[in-house]
Amino acid sequence: MITLRNVHKSFGSQKVLNGLDIDIPDGKITAIIGPSGEGKSVLLKHLIGLLQPDSGTVEVDGESIVAVRRSELNRIREKFGMLFQNVALFDSMTVFENVAFPLEEKTSLAKEEIRCRVLSALEDVGLKNIEKKFPDELSGGMKKRVGLARAVVLNPKIILFDEPTTGLDPIIKRAIHQLIKDTHAKFGFTAVIVSHEIPEIFDVAQHVAMLFRGKILQFGSSDDIINSTEPAIRQFISGSLDGPIQMV
Amino acid sequence: MIQALGHTTIEILRDLGRTGWFLLYSFYMIVRRPPSLLHVLKQLRFIGTKSLFVIVLTAGFTGMVLGLQGYYTLSKFGSEGMLGTAVALSLIRELGPVLAALMVTGRAGSAITAEIGIMRITEQIDALETMALDPFKYLVTPKFIAAMISLPLLCAIFDVIGIYGGWLVGVKLLGVNPGAYFYEMEKSVVWRDVYSGFLKSFSFGVIIAWIGCYKGYYAGHGAEGVSKATTEAVVLTSVIILVWDYFLTSVLL
Repeated sequence: MITLRNVHKSFGSQKVLNGLDIDIPDGKITAIIGPSGEGKSVLLKHLIGLLQPDSGTVEVDGESIVAVRRSELNRIREKFGMLFQNVALFDSMTVFENVAFPLEEKTSLAKEEIRCRVLSALEDVGLKNIEKKFPDELSGGMKKRVGLARAVVLNPKIILFDEPTTGLDPIIKRAIHQLIKDTHAKFGFTAVIVSHEIPEIFDVAQHVAMLFRGKILQFGSSDDIINSTEPAIRQFISGSLDGPIQMV
Repeated sequence: MIQALGHTTIEILRDLGRTGWFLLYSFYMIVRRPPSLLHVLKQLRFIGTKSLFVIVLTAGFTGMVLGLQGYYTLSKFGSEGMLGTAVALSLIRELGPVLAALMVTGRAGSAITAEIGIMRITEQIDALETMALDPFKYLVTPKFIAAMISLPLLCAIFDVIGIYGGWLVGVKLLGVNPGAYFYEMEKSVVWRDVYSGFLKSFSFGVIIAWIGCYKGYYAGHGAEGVSKATTEAVVLTSVIILVWDYFLTSVLL
């Protein structure tokens, strides 16, 4: 379980997280939704220690990742995989090298075994015969799939998805969502997805948390959020311009 | 106003502290978790081998200019025979290390900053961290080692080509005695001159990798951030090289 308690984070004078509390359950898909600029990606980066809170605690399976030694943080990070919003594939490496990289650096597997694991991971995400291509030769959807293959190749316990479908067409979006569900069903990892995709995300996630004004406004099942009476959640789901969420 | 001044001072001090920490942590990582040989060889090729052309070109013309200027100055005193010594000492003690370093700064230092900066803004560095891998081991320390090895070697090549550039102009074009050119040089240049030049170029290698990597690692947002970081890296590296050269020369003389 990932637990955040009373987390505060500011950038200069801008307060992004304001006493946030959340418990992310093991083995489930949890979606974090909320208006743009509310700090969803900032929250995600706190879960893996890419950002440190100004105050508050972040614990992964009972172990704090706040103000710990880098070696300790890296040990805990080995439980994680992450799919970035812009995928963050290594652009000087081929698709094969990108997916093989964590295996080469974190395991002592033989080259042939690495090759099998990489091809299998790429096949799992529906990609074949693109191993020799470079990231800039791929479409947005293909890049996301390669990123997902890289994130799952070490069979991590927790995978973080930062807006995995942003900028994709509706068909590719659905395919990526299905892929997340399928890989989750196959590997059983804990998934945390930051997403704007309303209402599709309710079909993907088992739990949904609405982030608003630096706090979790409501955390519950997809149905709980869909049927919520909170004005901000109602406005966010309906996409209405009137309500507590103000456009700046 | 006082608040703004205090804020700026704190920012400068924080930046200085971070720059110093970056250098210390780089050396710590070189010792504690050395990079793979393959990564170092790649960087040696990039920083060293690929700088050869510009080094040879610059060295040749620097030596030729020294030959020309030296001849006309020395001939006023009837000391043309000392041309070899003048060219060699100027190159070995000063111009070789400094010009080689400035050339590498322009060619490789800017590229180092741009490469790491782009990796920063496209979250590739974050991706390394999420894999529990220290970005320094992959991006920073191979460049440090390669620069520390490349710069003295490039400096040696600069010196040799420069001396022959001076010889070409002095001996072949202006008629200085070839025996005197090399004999006087051999008599005057001592081991201390050579190693002080190498010591300088080694430290310049550290400066190029340090500032280049640091500016890229903490590049600002977007293409503008990388462009600004690259410009700052080249300017700052060049200035530090010249300032450090003065202090090192005053100690080594």
